[in-house]
Amino acid sequence: MEYINIFVKGIFIENMIFAYFLGMCSYLAVSKTVKTAMGLGLAVIFVLGITVPINYLLENYVLKEGALTWMGAEYATMDLSFLSFIMFIAVIASIVQLVEMIVEKFAPALYGALGIFLPLIAVNCSILGGALFMQERQYTDIGQATVFGLGSGVGWWLAIIAIAAIREKIRYSHVPAPLRGLGITFIITGLMGIAFMSFMGIDI
Amino acid sequence: MSEVQEAIVEKKSEPLFSKKNRKLISDPLNDSNPITVQVLGICSALAITVQVQQAVIMSLSVLFVLIGGNIIISLMRNGIPDRIRIIVQLVIVAALVIIVNEVLKAFLPDISEKLSVFVGLIITNCIIMGRLEAFALANKPGPSFLDAIGNGLGYAWILLAVSIVREIFGSGAISFPGMGQVKFLPEGWFIGNGGFYENNNMMILPPMALVVVGVIIWIQRSRNTKLIESH
Repeated sequence: MEYINIFVKGIFIENMIFAYFLGMCSYLAVSKTVKTAMGLGLAVIFVLGITVPINYLLENYVLKEGALTWMGAEYATMDLSFLSFIMFIAVIASIVQLVEMIVEKFAPALYGALGIFLPLIAVNCSILGGALFMQERQYTDIGQATVFGLGSGVGWWLAIIAIAAIREKIRYSHVPAPLRGLGITFIITGLMGIAFMSFMGIDI
Repeated sequence: MSEVQEAIVEKKSEPLFSKKNRKLISDPLNDSNPITVQVLGICSALAITVQVQQAVIMSLSVLFVLIGGNIIISLMRNGIPDRIRIIVQLVIVAALVIIVNEVLKAFLPDISEKLSVFVGLIITNCIIMGRLEAFALANKPGPSFLDAIGNGLGYAWILLAVSIVREIFGSGAISFPGMGQVKFLPEGWFIGNGGFYENNNMMILPPMALVVVGVIIWIQRSRNTKLIESH
């Protein structure tokens, strides 16, 4: 039950895009068509689902105060948490490199479509944001961390698919010239955010 | 546009405030603003603009990291192998951000608490990576420094504009670092104290940040028509 709650919360209530604006850069840049948005969204789910649990292990067995107790009693007071930014980003960068190689090998068409955005997942705020929120919220076991990562990823995917679909349609409507493109996308995202706020308070 | 090209073909040695160098600072304020035109660094711009003081601290942190990163990468630009340049950039930026985070924790614990994960997220702030990739990797330290200042200021003024709008309408006050919140209306006017004025709580909520930035983009593009997109 706890797991389902975290999952649903990650998708709807604490949505990466609408509640925290994480990963906005690629969200705005890659959402012109649904097809590429789908590719990037799936890549984000995959990377978040892997990196959050790995960073959870890193946090709880290496970085946190007292996390090194398993190495011996003299390490019990060690606090390496100031290193967490650099460790998290290193894990994320290497996982992203791996994903890039896999996609290039097995789905060259998708690789062509995503172009430069795949390496940029490494600097997608939502991935590092996932790790940092995991650290801040102190999930009790690795299952919760994994579910949180997947939930946030699905939430991000949902947001980018929705905006891409809207942007495909809005091409045929009469938007005031200075608002075309970026401006209207911002305002629509704001309206979607307000709609998503109606999920607030869901508790399973 | 022709002005830019003329400036580029100008001869190599030049004074610090030559036309080209001034352009490096003034362009990001309007024509190539990092947020409204280049679409970089949106995440933090939206999330921490509830109060002016957070926005000021965030802008200063980003400015520091941007200047440091741009200069270091520009000094190292000939020694970085192309394949691993993203990781090298990430490590340098992460080190700078750790410095910022520790300083904030030590001297401004309240604000550091409010900014929470967003200080850490400066690492993946697209402005930093974007400017390192697009400018510092190909230019000397001097121009890179100016580019960093220009983009940092371009980022800062959008943050300030958004946060001023949101704080005035959302809490009826403006807060500066070190001064606390300054309220514009007498306390008795607020509805909680028996008055008639009610804050627009919607401005505090995340979605309104997006709408405010959207409106800023609208205003900017209707005055600067060459930025209008076709779709």
